[in-house]
Order: sequence, then C-alpha cells, then structure tokens
Amino acid sequence: MAILADKNTKVICQGLTGAQASFHCEQAIAYGTQIVGGVTPGKGGTRHLQLPVFDTVARAVAETGADASLVFVPPRAAADAMIEAIDAEVPLVVCVTERVPVQDMVRVRRRLEDSNTRLIGPNSQGIITPEQCKIGIMPGHIHFPGKIGIASRSASLTYEAVGQCGDARLGQSSVVGIGGDPVHGLGFVDCLELFLRDPQTEGILLIGEIGGSAEEEAAAFIAAEKPKKPIAAFVAGLYSETGRRMGHAGTVNVFGHGGAESKIEALRSAGVHIAPNAAEIGATMRQAMRG
Amino acid sequence: MDIHEFQAKDLLQRYGLRTPRGGLARSIDEAGARARELRGSACVVKAQILAGGRGKAGGIKLARSVEAVEGMAAELLGSTLVTAQTGPGGKPVKAVYVEEKIEAAREMYLAVLVDRGAGRVAFLGAAEGGEDIEETAAREAGKLKRLIIDPNTGLVADEARAFAASLDLAGEPAKAAADLMAGLYEAFVELDASLIEINPLVLTEAGDLLAVDVKMSFDDNALFRHPQIAELRDREEDDPGEVEAARYEINYVRLDGDIGCMVNGAGLALATIDLIKQRGGRPADFMDVRPVVTRQQVATGFKMILRNPKVKAILVNMYGGGILRCDTIAEGIAAAVKEAGLKVPLVVRAAGTNMEIARKILTGQAIPAIFADDMAEAAERAVAAAGETMEGRAS
Repeated sequence: MAILADKNTKVICQGLTGAQASFHCEQAIAYGTQIVGGVTPGKGGTRHLQLPVFDTVARAVAETGADASLVFVPPRAAADAMIEAIDAEVPLVVCVTERVPVQDMVRVRRRLEDSNTRLIGPNSQGIITPEQCKIGIMPGHIHFPGKIGIASRSASLTYEAVGQCGDARLGQSSVVGIGGDPVHGLGFVDCLELFLRDPQTEGILLIGEIGGSAEEEAAAFIAAEKPKKPIAAFVAGLYSETGRRMGHAGTVNVFGHGGAESKIEALRSAGVHIAPNAAEIGATMRQAMRG
Repeated sequence: MDIHEFQAKDLLQRYGLRTPRGGLARSIDEAGARARELRGSACVVKAQILAGGRGKAGGIKLARSVEAVEGMAAELLGSTLVTAQTGPGGKPVKAVYVEEKIEAAREMYLAVLVDRGAGRVAFLGAAEGGEDIEETAAREAGKLKRLIIDPNTGLVADEARAFAASLDLAGEPAKAAADLMAGLYEAFVELDASLIEINPLVLTEAGDLLAVDVKMSFDDNALFRHPQIAELRDREEDDPGEVEAARYEINYVRLDGDIGCMVNGAGLALATIDLIKQRGGRPADFMDVRPVVTRQQVATGFKMILRNPKVKAILVNMYGGGILRCDTIAEGIAAAVKEAGLKVPLVVRAAGTNMEIARKILTGQAIPAIFADDMAEAAERAVAAAGETMEGRAS
C-alpha cells in the first residue's frame, strides 16, 4: 500500500516530446514506473522513447488505460493541459510546471471542484512511492520504502528531509510535493486524510514554509481528528522578513498572515512534533515515532 | 510587479475608478503647476515610491498654498524615504503626486486579491479603513469583510450590493461601490493583477466615493501576456543585483548581513537562512539557484556574492537531484573564483547527486573550501568563519 500511486499506476506524460520531459520520463521508466504513452498535440501517431504519442489526453487514456498524467507543459499552456486531463477524467494529474499564472490556476481549481480528479501541483516535484512509481522530477535513489508519509511545499526541502529520514532509518510510504504556488491542487489536509487511511503509513511528516495558511489548516484538521499516527513538521522561513518575496510565489504575506511562528504554534498546539531547524527533521521524526 | 500610485490611478480610471483631481510632478516647477491647476484647493503632496507606509514616514504632506506645495516637493524630491516597508535603505523619491485634499465623511478599505485557501479571487473590505487597517484587522477579524468570487459567474451584481451594504453603505454610495467593484474585478482578471488595494476609499459628505490611495501589483508569471503592463515597471527602483539575478533566472533578495548564501531551492534557502540566524549569524542574501540552472548561471550568482563588500564568509548549500547535479554547481563556483578570486572563507555542503564529484572539482581546482557534512555543521562553520574574519579586520 501507499497513497495515490503504486506499481500498477499507468502514467501518460503531457508534453512527452520536450527535452526536459524526455529526460525525466526516461528516469521514471528506469525507476520502474509504468509510463505508457505521451500527449503532444500535432504529433499523434508518432513514437517517442519507444512510447506511443497521442494528440489528445482522451485518446491516450482510451488507448493505454492510463490512470495518471504527468503534465510537463510550458507555463502559458499548462492550465489548459491540466483542464484537458481533468475533462478526460484522469484520476491523478501531476503538474511540475513552474510559473503558471495564478489566475489560470483559479480556473483549473474551479474545474477540479466539479470532478473526481486529484491534482498535485503545479510547481511540484511530483509524487513518489519508493521502488514502485515515480511521477515527477525528484531523484529516485534517495528514497526507500517504509512507513513515513511525507507531504511538502518545497522540493529542495523534501530531498533534505528524505535524506535525513534515510539516515534515521525511516523509509517512506509515499512522498508528495504539494507545490509552492499560491493556488494549487492537493493540500496538506488532503494528504493527511490519505496517509491516515493508508495502512503502510505509520507516521507523517509535513514540510511547510511561510505564506498562506496551509499549515494552519493542517493544524486545525489534526486538532479536530486527533489522529493516532505521530506527526512531525518543519516550517521554513522563521527568520524571513515579512512582505518580501523570497523564491516561491507562495511566500508572500498579506496582512501579517503566513508567518512561520504562528504556523509552528498552531501545529505544536495540535500535538505535532516540530523540528527546530532543517538539520533536525530526521531526528524529530524519529522521536515522534518513539512517542 | 508593483506599480506606482499614479500609474494605478491612471490605469484603473479606465475601469471606472474615481480619484481626486491631481497630477504627477518630477520637479518643483511641475509641482507648482499641478497645484495651480487645482485652483486654490488644499493639496496633498505624495512621494511616489513602490512601498507602503508612506504617511507615517513623512512621505505624504498637506499644503494649503502653491508655495507650500513647492516647498513640500523640494523637500521630498531627491530625498530617500524610509518606511516600515522599504527596508533600512529606503527608496529614492523621483516624483511626487499633487492631489486635491479630500474631506472625508468616512474612510473605508477595499481590496481585491487571490484568496489562497479558496483558490479564488476575493474582495476584502472594511467600513473603517485608513493607515491602521492591518492592526484593526488583526485585532478584530470580524471588521474585515470577505467576498469570494466564483470564476464561472464572475462578480454577480447582488453579491456586490450585499457586500457594499456590509460596509455600511446605502443608497447612491452603495450603488457606486457595487459599480466600482465590478470595474475592479474586470481589471483584476483582465490584467492578471495580484493585488488592488484602495486605502482609503473615501466617502465624501456629498456621497461620492473617491480612491485616495491605490496600490496595485501584477502576477509576474502572467506578464508575458501583458506587454503594456510590463512597460510600467520602474526599473530604477529595483535593486540592481536583483535585476541582474532575475536575468539569469536566479531568485535573489539582498539582505543586510555578512554571510553570502547560495542554495538550490527556495525552501532549502529559507531554511538555510533560518539556521544561520539560529546559530547567531547574519545572512547577506537569499539566493535560490533553480533546478534547471547551468554552470554559467551559478558562476554569475557566485560572482554577485563575491562583489558584495559586506560579505565575510560564504555558505553554499546544495542538494543535487533531478536535473541539477552538485558537480554543475561546483564547476560554476570554480569558474567564478578563477575569474574574480576568493578573499573570504567558503563553506560548502554538498549532498545528493554527484556530491563526491563536487568535492573533487573544488579540491582539484585548489579552491580552499571548508566542507561540511550537514546543514547544521555548514551553518556553524560559516558563522564562525564570518566572526573570525571580522575579528581579523578589527585587529
């Protein structure tokens, strides 16, 4: 077991024929992921990486039986690509594209509400279920199977956290990058619900950062649900000046909300184990598992 | 991207925004001319900088005569204004906006933004606005009204009227507010804005609604479809370092400390800054080299750190993964050092893909890097190195 993706997941890649998509799909195939085809409008009927290429997502799904799509499309076309996958009723859509306009994502989110599709991203490294399936751009070799479920807003911090969990001999059930953009698909609460239901997952790690209120929402959910599985968290940006934009478009504060201190306080009072800094994420998760 | 008050007012007038009469002045003479055009009204002289908090910092002044306007303009033009939002360096005042003084029956607050939780465009409003709106909102959350818009329908008229009523408006002013909201929503969506904030929105005794101050920002990621908006960017206000970094697709924010930082990934960069501060150090910058970075981009970024005279130690924290490999970063650093020299201690923490090769590259090119095995050790060594450099210079 794991969440959202496993060895049976069949994946198509929208934008497969691009250089970066090709690189990452080759890596995913080498990792063991079932990549079954690609979609590039105008290139239907051709083959790429020895895979069939289709003009539309609907056609690709009909021909390959795919149940996940990796969207590797440039920013200006990314929203339409996600909507195409939602309209084709693909159960899982993963978008790694950075710099998608926010209001395009407002349209995508609205479409998502009327569907059964789950969207990961955009601006996400994707999802990995170690040694089964890798849909995204993360380095596969740092992960190994185990009982920790990880959900994160930052790709680089996820790698750091996965590395430290490995050093602490904590493998992962699944690792999800929810993305650093202000408007995105799956959030912390969705991931928590999935990990709490997953029998393989025995502990959960959340990696947050300044901006928005995703961590506060997660804290409210945890406080209400009082889950039995231990949860640890790290929130980046404790010492960052508010109101200045650093990195992710997500990290802009409006009205003083989104500061790291209030996020940490909310999580702590919900019973979450807090890593004091990024160097102690693995150790904190280890302690949380010991109870 | 932020634009100036005068630009926002000009732009939003096309969408039905009403503002006090006024005009821009880049010199004392122009300020006088603007004041004469207002024919004896009391005037407000407002510094045009891309930051809020101007009022409390002395950037907005009242003048009751043409001579007084010229005097205020002389004081402001060419000065540097430090507000709560500019950072300690302040912002240079190159232009002032001269506007008729409006007598307010009531000052309100109205903003349009993207509500992240809802994933939709939303209006925020308060019946009582003004400079202290943030404190008011923090103290009494109920005073801040929120209206979330369904993108499938856009702003519906009766929602707008109900929102206006929640701001204690009735009759003509309520209708004017609903019309204003329709215009603002159209502008927000059509121009890919990320924020329109009117504070104060003044209700006059005569029942008019006038936007006395307007802030407007745009989604940088959508500027490709708005070339006319992109042209409004005031490049002189941008930090030259940040502009150069942006050209090489590096995320960079200048800070005022002495430990230069280069990290791959925004989250890891934030966390690195946190660690440096926890260990008693002061970061000189936030620099996130993105995962698709090349050797040349790394070299450019590293040379920017080397050029900063405040820097007493450098910390490079890299986690190789995906497309980005540690050896690419090491090669970029080596190229930059070869070109510009290295006079301060360099602490390197490399993990992930090709971390050993990165070490070999730096050692092989005789770059005196101090290697650290993890983030905590890296931060400690960088903080210690910066301290030693400081003592060395003092003696």
